[in-house]
Amino acid sequence: MADLLRLATCGSVDDGKSTLIGRLLHDTRQIADDQIEHLQAVSARRGSELDLALLTDGLRAEREQGITIDVAYRQLRIAGRRIVLADCPGHEQYTRNMVTGASTADAAVLLVDARHGVVTQTRRHLAICATLRVPRVVVAVNKMDLVGWRPEPFVSIEAEVASLAGALGAAVPTCVPLSALTGDHVVVPSESLDWHDGPPLAELLARLPADGADRDGPLRMPVQWVLRPAGGAGGGRRFAGRLARGAVRAGDEIVALPSGLRARVVAVEMPGGEVESAAAPASVALRLDRELDIARGDVVCAVADAPTPRRELAATVCWMHERPARAGARLLVKHGTRTTRAIVERIDGRLDLGSLAAVPAGALEVNDLGRVALRLAAPLAADDFAACRATGAFILIDEATNATVAAGMVG
Amino acid sequence: MTTTSLRAGAIVERCGHEELDALESEAIHVLRELAGERERPVLLFSGGKDSIVLLRLAEKAFRPGPFPFPVMHIDTGHNFAEVVAFRDRRVAELGERLIVASVEDSIRAGRVADVTGPRASRNRLQSVTLLDAIAEQRFDACIGGARRDEERSRAKERIFSVRDDFGGWDPRAQRPEIWDVYNARVRPGEHLRVFPISNWTELDVWHYVEREGLELPSIYFAHERSVLERDGMLYADHPVVERLPGEQPFRTSVRYRTVGDMTCTGAVRSTAATIAEVVAEIAVTSVTERGETRADDRESEAAMEDRKREGYF
Repeated sequence: MADLLRLATCGSVDDGKSTLIGRLLHDTRQIADDQIEHLQAVSARRGSELDLALLTDGLRAEREQGITIDVAYRQLRIAGRRIVLADCPGHEQYTRNMVTGASTADAAVLLVDARHGVVTQTRRHLAICATLRVPRVVVAVNKMDLVGWRPEPFVSIEAEVASLAGALGAAVPTCVPLSALTGDHVVVPSESLDWHDGPPLAELLARLPADGADRDGPLRMPVQWVLRPAGGAGGGRRFAGRLARGAVRAGDEIVALPSGLRARVVAVEMPGGEVESAAAPASVALRLDRELDIARGDVVCAVADAPTPRRELAATVCWMHERPARAGARLLVKHGTRTTRAIVERIDGRLDLGSLAAVPAGALEVNDLGRVALRLAAPLAADDFAACRATGAFILIDEATNATVAAGMVG
Repeated sequence: MTTTSLRAGAIVERCGHEELDALESEAIHVLRELAGERERPVLLFSGGKDSIVLLRLAEKAFRPGPFPFPVMHIDTGHNFAEVVAFRDRRVAELGERLIVASVEDSIRAGRVADVTGPRASRNRLQSVTLLDAIAEQRFDACIGGARRDEERSRAKERIFSVRDDFGGWDPRAQRPEIWDVYNARVRPGEHLRVFPISNWTELDVWHYVEREGLELPSIYFAHERSVLERDGMLYADHPVVERLPGEQPFRTSVRYRTVGDMTCTGAVRSTAATIAEVVAEIAVTSVTERGETRADDRESEAAMEDRKREGYF
């Protein structure tokens, strides 16, 4: 049984993402009859042939404008592999929704229009995937029918993508030529693309490993909730949370941060009952050998390898709000299960999408990737994002409007 | 009232334990996160299979403690009797608090006007009753069993989704939702809708029901019923479903695939009497559950989106 794969599709507007997903669903026969009828009716009303993009573009405004505004989640199965797919918008204006879709992905498919090659939005999405450390990126070079199925445009895109990935410090993506419109090399191999030496996209996706490496390592568990049995039955309090990394077993010594209080695990409880041990990403409840003042917001860590709580964070952020980020801004930071206040001490530059180099910046505008220094009101038990995605990640919230204004990555 | 209790049989093809474990862990994380972040949540329970799964997930998230929220049912007065009886018994078994907000009461209080005629449904009126109950009880979050695979606009939902003072959903202004770091903050008057089983499919729900040995209302399994055929759907032959000229009730073996108001929920012809048989039928069906059995989604291209904008679940 292969693992469940969380996949995001991204790329510039009009590169054909929604059509590609529709094609994947259609050619693997995963569109129900009533959905096909609905598509035929709506397509006919709009005077077009069967428009597969309408499958995922579910909102009125999306259908009216023919673009994707927000992430659509779809379930599909390819060669037995369960895929939860996040179809992300391509418009620069909706980059925050692309970040939403990519943040939970084990892999991303980035579409490029074979006629136009790598464009600014391709660079932005590659940079976001690299920054979010999406474990695997596949570049689908779409609309090969419109370049006469010639290898040259594909080869040059492949070379450019490799050099961009190098500049971003990311692994070199696999590139696949295809046409979502005609279905060539999406599910079945294409004769028109017989010069290409790789499997069709669907086969590639079915074989992609779901990310597991990030789950291995010393224990991290943000405490979500303290369970108190009614009337004291079942023996004392349990500290409930989802294992962000590593494993826990009865007998382990743990430390709760930022307090630094130590205890030994007496029992590990899973939804099905008590277990010997549990590993990330399981939701568990821990019973400890002593009564400690541990609460929501604390992080339970392995004693042998625990982070030092910090009051200052250097971080990369994806800024997602129309009001720019500037030094002196007061925000809330939510890290794991803890929320605290933060002040932006400095803006340490932003990523220039042309050169893919950091350039000085006085502010971060909407959709910018940049570096900031934050000062915190209370210490956070954070890891570097590169070491642990779950405990290196945070969001920034504007306290006045409650808007989520940025995704942040420590380190 | 009858209920069919079914215990786990053979795990049917194509859904491994790992997948269900991953989905379960995610849902428990969502429930605990909400409980930690909001003061006054409520779990919306319809008596349908999805909300029955939610109750089990809440047990797994919070036992041996009590649920940190009450359970609420919006009763249209046109619900299946079997489902209402099941609701009362299930919540009593759990020892949790049940709130019933009734559309009849909203009509009596003049908050909404009842609808009449053969195609009348109180489905849409529920939104007013729900929003009134939220305001009255000062709930700041509603947990629901909606799934992204059900319907086009639900595929666009966040797991933590904000509703404004009017209960409205603005799909163009959804907050980014990054990793599993949920922003659960709302201003007074606003509330959240939280969907722990967003990433589950109809089949996942059935596999989970089977694995957990969950009891379902009897109407989910094949039974003889007097029905009317209308617009390709089978409606219950019941006083609340007014007949159209020429409609003749007939008896046949049916089951329900979704459980909603009698006036807008259709049955499917079936002889599936066990979970395994239902799962086998669903696995080969070529029609979605809402397309097959929900008149409320057939009204227009964006019927669900429009209702959600008004506060519908």
